[in-house]
Amino acid sequence: MPASKPLLPQASRDHIQGPIDAASALVEYGDYECPYCGEAYPIIKAIQERLGDRLCFVFRNFPLVNAHPHAQHAAEAAEAAGVQGKFWEMHDLLFENQNALDDEDLAQYATALGLDGRRLIGEVVAGTHTGRVREDFRSGARGGVNGTPAFLINGVRYDGELSVHALLAALTQPNTR
Amino acid sequence: MNDENTIEQQLSGRHKSGALPAGTAAPDFTLRSTPDQAVSLSDFRGQPVVLAFYPADWSPVCGDQMALYNEILPEFRELGAEILGISVDGVWCHTAFSRDRKLHFSLLADFEPKGAVARRYGVYRAGEGTAERALFVIDSGGVIHWSYVSPVGVNPGAEGILAALEELHSKKEPK
Repeated sequence: MPASKPLLPQASRDHIQGPIDAASALVEYGDYECPYCGEAYPIIKAIQERLGDRLCFVFRNFPLVNAHPHAQHAAEAAEAAGVQGKFWEMHDLLFENQNALDDEDLAQYATALGLDGRRLIGEVVAGTHTGRVREDFRSGARGGVNGTPAFLINGVRYDGELSVHALLAALTQPNTR
Repeated sequence: MNDENTIEQQLSGRHKSGALPAGTAAPDFTLRSTPDQAVSLSDFRGQPVVLAFYPADWSPVCGDQMALYNEILPEFRELGAEILGISVDGVWCHTAFSRDRKLHFSLLADFEPKGAVARRYGVYRAGEGTAERALFVIDSGGVIHWSYVSPVGVNPGAEGILAALEELHSKKEPK
C-alpha cells in the first residue's frame, strides 16, 4: 500500500463504491462478525443512498479474530467473492447474516450469488486471501484504527456518533479534504 | 503539584500528564501475572517492551484496547517486542479477564501496594485509584523511547506504539 495517503481510497487495491474523486471519502475498517459493524451496515447504506455520487465508500478488513471466530474466514470469503466479481454482494450478505458465518454458510452464500462456491471455499480454506486481509488490518493498525467499526472521513478518524444524521453532517462539512 | 490540584485537574479534563518522558531509564519492577508467576521488566532486557497501563479489566466494548493489542501481537512480535498490560486489578481478575478475551500476552497486577508501579511511571490517577491509559515503549537497553497518555475514555490504538517500535527496529538494523 502506498505510504503517501494510505487512509484515503486506493484505486489500485481497494473495494470501492462511488467515484474515487467524490467530494467525500469514507473508509470503513470492519469485521463481519462484529455486532457494532452490523449496526453500522444499514447506516452506511442510508448514507450512500442520500449522497449518491458525492460519496466514495471503501471497505477494508479488520477482523478481531480472537473475539470473533468466524471473522477471518468471512473476510476471506468476501475477498474470494471479489475475485469472482461479487465482493459487494458478498459483503452485504455477510452483514445481513452475521449469525451464520460457518464455512458451510459461506459456501452457500457463494452459490446463492451464482459464484463457484467450491472454488470460493477452497480459496478460503487454503488461505489464498489471508495476506490481503492482513494487509488491510496492518494499514488500519498503523492508521489509528482502535476498534471496529472504525471510520475515516477523508483520511481522518471519525470518533463521533454512529448515526445517519451525525455521519452525514461530518461527511458534508465543507473543506474537510 | 499537590494532590488536590491533581484531582481537580483530572476531573476537569485538563490534567497535565506527569508520565516519565522519553530518555528516562524505565524503573524496574516485579509484578504478578498469575497467582503463581511473577514478571520483572528486567526479564525483557535485550528486546523492546511495550507497557500498556489501563484503568481496569472488563471494559464493556468488544473492540477494547487490550483486545486490540491481542490482535496486533503478530506485528509487535515481528518488531521483536513484547507487550505487558498493567492495571490495579488483582491476579484472579486478570486471569478471568484474560481467559474471557483470549489474550495471548501477560496482564500484570499492580495491586499491592496498589498502583505502586503506575505511580513510579507517573501515571496513577489518585482520585479514581486506577492507572491512566498510558503507553510506554522501552528500548532493549531499558530506556523509555516513547511515552503517551491518552484521555482515559479514548482507546489510543496502536499507531504510536508501532511507529515507536519501527524506529527502534530501524536503528537496530539500518537498511
